[in-house]
Formats: sequence, structure tokens, C-alpha cells
Amino acid sequence: MKETEFKGRAWVIADSNNRLIPDIDTDQIFHNAHLHITDIDEMGKFTFGNLKGWEDFFTRAKPGDMVIAGSNFGAGSSRQQAVECFRSMGIKLIIAGSYGAIYKRNAINSGFIILTFNNIEKLIKQHQIKNLDSIRVDLLAGKLFNERSGEQFDLSAMSKVQMDIYKKGTLLNV
Amino acid sequence: MSGQTVIEKIFQQHSQERIETGTNIWIDLDVVTARDFGGPNVVKNFRKYYSQQRVFDSKRVFFTFDLTVPPKTIQYANNQQICREFAREQDVQVFDVDKGIGSHNLIEYGYALPGTIVVGTDSHMNILGAVNCFGQGMGDIDITFGYRYGRTWFEVPETVKVRITGSPKSEFSAKDLTLKILGVLKTDRILGKVVEFEGEVIENLDLAGRITTLSMVTEMGGISGFIPFNRNTPKEIRTICGLAEIPAEIVSDPDARYAETISIDVSDLEPMVSEPPYPHNVKKVYEVGTVKVDFGFVGSCTNGRIEDIEKVWNILKGKHIAENVRLAVVPATQRVYGQSMERGMLKDLFKAGAIISNPGCGGCAQGHIGMTGKNEVMVSSGNRNFQGKQGDGLNYLASPEVVAFSVLKGYISAG
Repeated sequence: MKETEFKGRAWVIADSNNRLIPDIDTDQIFHNAHLHITDIDEMGKFTFGNLKGWEDFFTRAKPGDMVIAGSNFGAGSSRQQAVECFRSMGIKLIIAGSYGAIYKRNAINSGFIILTFNNIEKLIKQHQIKNLDSIRVDLLAGKLFNERSGEQFDLSAMSKVQMDIYKKGTLLNV
Repeated sequence: MSGQTVIEKIFQQHSQERIETGTNIWIDLDVVTARDFGGPNVVKNFRKYYSQQRVFDSKRVFFTFDLTVPPKTIQYANNQQICREFAREQDVQVFDVDKGIGSHNLIEYGYALPGTIVVGTDSHMNILGAVNCFGQGMGDIDITFGYRYGRTWFEVPETVKVRITGSPKSEFSAKDLTLKILGVLKTDRILGKVVEFEGEVIENLDLAGRITTLSMVTEMGGISGFIPFNRNTPKEIRTICGLAEIPAEIVSDPDARYAETISIDVSDLEPMVSEPPYPHNVKKVYEVGTVKVDFGFVGSCTNGRIEDIEKVWNILKGKHIAENVRLAVVPATQRVYGQSMERGMLKDLFKAGAIISNPGCGGCAQGHIGMTGKNEVMVSSGNRNFQGKQGDGLNYLASPEVVAFSVLKGYISAG
């Protein structure tokens, strides 16, 4: 059985004004200088390597952590590496207001969980979730819990296709 | 039941399922491609998951090398060779490192046609909307599945209608129109949606202009876009692909349902630029003040057609670019390269001081034609100016004309 409940630290990808950075594109997530890489194990160390202020993400994050990001996350190119680099690091999932259209497909097809939360910007701004808070995500209930504050929030449900692919591993197991 | 939009109709013709916005359906794919970025990953996936199996149809699967062409590192060379070996085993055609941009070749070779669905590891696959084809960029897992089965799942997207109104007072470039639209739509208005443009100004665009506008639907956050054909469009497509007959254009029903209709008035259209580091940071050229330019780039899937090179040629022939400024010209395809050579454009551009390279993506592919150093300023006819995309410097996006005037004067200029 695939996991449907996750507990770990939240990395809030915000700027110095505590505003989630919007439009983080695939070149900031996984720079085109490393596109020759085909081995997933080698991808992790380049995660956010071209995102100002977050270049050392790989050394700071640890397996089991989760990422909270701004709207249109993963805009830009079709590179699968921008999804796989998170899997490579053991990042469990991403929560964002919205995703680049191709990024969304790539994550779903790879069985990497991305969740949509429309009000995430506001939540971060009001410090309801802070960087490195301990959070819990329940996929089946569609809930996000902040263990520090005890607050809980509703996430948009995963589509059937997304859940089916996730349960099977990747699209290639379907 | 209400009428259907263009994408709904194209999906309907490729699916057994009911087409309903927001639902996931399975669709058949006409053509599935992979480039030198993504391609080796596809081969790796295919060998792992579909060992000993064949692609769904060797005549409808292609590799198109266009990013690092010819390969500039051993790693890229090895990756391309991995694709070639797989292609030989599977009897699949490779558009090799000499051919230029894959999506453009799919049009020139007649694989992308009205009403078809073509996918590839290229986020600007939506340029195929110019020939009324649904082109979709995908990652390597998606493409691996497409190689094997010739089908994929798709969430039926909403369609937004964007009505272009007014008529510009002076001559304009398709890129100016595109940047103007991008400046209004930004990245959130059509995110994850398909867009149908309408209005005389946009419908009058030639095929090259349509490619320019529809390529940047990606930077608008959209999936794909369509512009109704004008009287000349079918002939332009027949000429470019050499087919005597092409399928009829798929048009939306009069009672099709749209998520929203957005009107954009372009009466005040002027030469535009995108300031770094986002394509949607759009301004009029005069608004950016005097920006000294070090490097100009003409090419990319957005502005690499013969029409684009011709505009630059018209401005630069018999002149020389400013001192200490460099200009790179990269035709989109082998055919465009040949045309510009035969018409004497390359010679004149060379004399004007340009670096001319073989066809391909040029700048976007890890700066294959060269990158900028810190504080260096580039003005480019491409489609992305994200931080670090083409070096450490600053990258302004503009029309081929503005690039030409800028390298001539040494600062960003519309002539």
C-alpha cells in the first residue's frame, strides 16, 4: 500500500517579506546546465540550484520534508528532472496555489504528489504556517494539519487519475 | 448540449469518451517525439518498463535533436547516441543535429496538420497551434508512455476567448503583439487553459507570426492556443509542407462555451520589450530608457523563421552593428538556413558583423550559441528571460526588428 499520510517539516519557499515566490520556473528548480543527467539519484543535489536564496536547499532539507510554494510553480520547460529532483531528495510532496500545466502532468505521471491549496498565499502571509513547522498531510481526508498550532486546512482533492497513478507508482506501471 | 471549442473537437476526434471540461479522458496521439533533452530519459524508461517491446507505430514516433546541436559535451554526444541506437532498433526516424528545431520540422515535413495531436519533450510544442494542430509539451515519463501506446490521459481544459480589438496606428511585429498580450494576461489569466484568439489584427498574421504568438502561450501559462485561419493560411501550410491537400481546419462552434472572454485593445501597439527576469515584465521600448546592449540574439522557436531573419536583414544590410556589440543569428531549420543563404541574407548579415550558426534552438539550450556574463545585457528574439536561463547577465525579449536596431545602435531601440 502506498502511503497516504505524511508527517514532516515544511519548507516555505518565500522571499524575505514572507511572500511565497510566484512563477518559480523549471530553470530555477533544475537548471538547464544539468539536463544531460538521466539518473534520478544524481538529480537531487541541483534542486533549487538557480533559485536566489535557496541554492543550498539540498544540503538543508532531509528526506521526509515537504515543500510549500507559490503559484504557477514549475512554469516553463517540460523537463522531468524538475520533478524527479525532489523525489531524488526524498521530498514527500509539494503544496502550491497552482502549477505550470506541464509540471502538473509530469508530477502526476511520475507518481510524485503535488497538492493544490488555493489560499496558501494568505496562510503563509498570516504566519499560520512558518518555515520548518512540523506539518501533517492526510491525502484521503484532503487535510493539512499544522502540528505547531493545531490548526487544520482543506486541500483540493487529488483527481482519480492522479490517485490511480500514485497508487501504481508511475504512469509506466499503468 | 452546447457547441464545442476547438480543443474539445480535436479531443472528440481522438477519443472514445465524452468530452467534458475538467474530466480526465484518454486520447489517441498522432505523433510522439522526443528531443536530445528528454530523449535519452525516454529511452532509459522504455528499456526499463517496456523491455523487448516496440513503439506503437514506428512511422509516427520521432527523435528531433535541436538543443545542443552538434553536441558540445561528451555527455550530450552520448545521450544523442543513446537515442540513435534505440531509433535504429525500433526503425524510428531521427531528425538529427543538422535539421534544426523539431517542432518547426514537424510543420515543414507535414507531420503537424490541422486537427492532429502531436506531443514532444518541448514546452513550446504549442507553436503547432499555428497549423491548427494541438501540440503539447510533456516530460519523459509521459512521452515514454506515448512512444509505447500512442495515447495518453488528458484533463479536458477550459478554453478562454481572447478578443484582440482596435488596429495599431503603425506597422507592428507579431512579437510586439504577442508581448502586448502577454503583458495583459501575465501568467495567471489563462493558466492551465487553452486560448482561442480572435480579431482582425491577430487573424491577419501570417504563419510565421502565428508561430510567434502561439509559442508564447507557454509564457502566458496556457496549454495551447488557436487563431482562426485567414484566407491565405491553408495555402501557406500547403506550401511549407509540400502537400497538395491538407485536412480542414477545426473551428469552434458558434455556441461553444468559454470560461471567460478577455478583450485586449491594441490600438496603441508599439514596439515592446520584456524586462528580465520574467517574460511578462512587458514595457514599451521607450519606457525602459537607455539600456546598453552587449549581445543580440535572433532565432528560437518563437522568431527563427525566414520572415524573421528577413526583417533583421532589411535593417542591417549594408550597415555594421555597433562597436563592442555581438549578434548571433540562428535560423530555425535547415530549410530556413538554406533560404536565407540563397537569398544572400547570411552574407549581408555576416558583413554586418553577425555570428551565424547552424539551425537549432540556439540560446535556450544551455546557451549553445553563447551565454552572457554577469552584468552583460542581451536583447533576444526568444521567449524566456528567466534568471540564469542564458547566462548570468540580463536578458530582454523583443522582436527581431528591435534586436536589429538595438545591436546597430548599441542600446535597446525601436529604430
